[in-house]
Amino acid sequence: MHYADNVDYPPLLRRPIVFLPGLALLFELLRWWNVGASAVGVGLVRLLHLAALSPASSNVLIAALLTLLVGFNLAVVIRLPLRWQVYLVWLELAILLLVFFYSFNLSFAFIERKIGFLLRQGLVMTLYISVVSISIASVLALLGAIAKLSSNGIALGIANFYTSLFRGIPLLMQIYMIYLGLPQLGYVVNALPTGIAALSLCYGAYMTEIFRAGIESIPRGQWEAARALGLKPSSTTLRIILPQAMRVIIPPTGNQFIAMLKDSSLVSVVGVWELMYLARTQGQTEFRHVEMMITASLIYWIFSILLELIQARIERYYGRAHEH
Amino acid sequence: MSTKVSSATAAAVPAVAIRGLCKWYGRFQALHGIDLTVARGERLVVCGPSGSGKSTLIRTINALEGFERGEIEVDGIPLSRQPKAVEAVRSRVGMVFQQFNLFPHLTALDNCTLPLRLVRRLPAAAAQERALHYLSKVRIPEQAGKFPAQLSGGQQQRVAIARALAMQPDIMLFDEPTSSLDPEMVKEVLDTMVQLATEGMTMIVVTHEMGFARQVADRVIFMDHGSIIEQGAPAEFFERPQHERSRLFLLKVLH
Repeated sequence: MHYADNVDYPPLLRRPIVFLPGLALLFELLRWWNVGASAVGVGLVRLLHLAALSPASSNVLIAALLTLLVGFNLAVVIRLPLRWQVYLVWLELAILLLVFFYSFNLSFAFIERKIGFLLRQGLVMTLYISVVSISIASVLALLGAIAKLSSNGIALGIANFYTSLFRGIPLLMQIYMIYLGLPQLGYVVNALPTGIAALSLCYGAYMTEIFRAGIESIPRGQWEAARALGLKPSSTTLRIILPQAMRVIIPPTGNQFIAMLKDSSLVSVVGVWELMYLARTQGQTEFRHVEMMITASLIYWIFSILLELIQARIERYYGRAHEH
Repeated sequence: MSTKVSSATAAAVPAVAIRGLCKWYGRFQALHGIDLTVARGERLVVCGPSGSGKSTLIRTINALEGFERGEIEVDGIPLSRQPKAVEAVRSRVGMVFQQFNLFPHLTALDNCTLPLRLVRRLPAAAAQERALHYLSKVRIPEQAGKFPAQLSGGQQQRVAIARALAMQPDIMLFDEPTSSLDPEMVKEVLDTMVQLATEGMTMIVVTHEMGFARQVADRVIFMDHGSIIEQGAPAEFFERPQHERSRLFLLKVLH
């Protein structure tokens, strides 16, 4: 726990007043959802040779069975050390999710045929858009934050207007405005630059606030000490304030990057061949939409997890001065 | 005592000359026409109750605070809001803060070398050599590779002193350097300051450490409500304070 305590309260799940009503509620819900007739229920009925029972009684039986299974599972997991609890819960939830997907009766042959193209073209394009956009967005955010903290009214006005506009309009609308609006001025923009521009501008606006808050979190004394030593305002910002602000800026920026990875799917509306666009068009060819949607979702998810791991490493790097 | 007086009179230009200094925070007047001259090599202790303007006064000397009326000269340089003037003054004045204000993302050594490289334009090796020299002077060369968070309060403050000294200033300002230290660490910081005083550094020290004032100060000034109420040699000031407010203040801080 983050804030260690020295009082052992009985864990919630070990209190009968919690787990008994909880299991009763689960049983009622399973019965009400008619779990006996679901894919899981039908599978279990077949597995246990209960076909002779009436649908109503097999429903009750399956609901009771699943409730018992959940109760037993909780009783086992709660006795494990914390780390193993986490691993086991992850594993069980992942299995449930895969069972859920499996129940769609997917064509794995189709997925196998298409996944190479999804990764080679779609994922590469999605990562490319995200990396380029987050880089441009970071530069915009830094400029925006410095402008917002400056005493220059013109810079402040531009920065305020920018963040207000691009945080206030849906990202989808920004993509359309750049793609369909700029040609009115005589500039025809291709789909890919449109997508990158819209994502950069939108995320730059959100990240301006992150950067501003990060810079403002550095105590005034740091600025004073640097100035008293004779550092110029620019070196004070670059060498003293920003490196410390990074520690505050990194976690929410990592969050933004993960969000951008998925928001880049909006760029598919202008026909960029990224993951979402390919998943949709490839699925359409053989009416296998669900296969492609699930495959693309899992790819997004796996790469979000990778980004979380990278973020944790960067956080450790910037936090190293604060370890005792 | 006689040597100090003669050196003070010999120096043509005082280290700091303040005339008619007034400062306001909004409608609140923090400094009321301060006149103060600090001779080269002089050790001046500034004391007074909190809110009396003593920190504000020394922070105006290196332009961390501005002022509305009056004038300040540091080493004969008139302090204005012009970058050239402020830079010239800051390059001659070192400062030590109550909260240390070390850069937490840099090691003790890098805290000292960064300003040497960026401001004094020293090459890396020379900066490191000089930084280590001053870290040895405050007796913590072995902590050079540690980050501030890994050091005790007393060690942090000594690194802060080394960082200021490495810039080789003519004048050192101390703004309550021991006020946020644990009691057992006050001595190591004061010892460092005493050593500095014996080497002839011009020092202006805001402090409540009356023992330190007795031991090293050439002059003590007592401030209240933004004015200098009384000043004199420490023996004089502590034994026979002239003003009622000084007497009350000394009663409180000397127990």
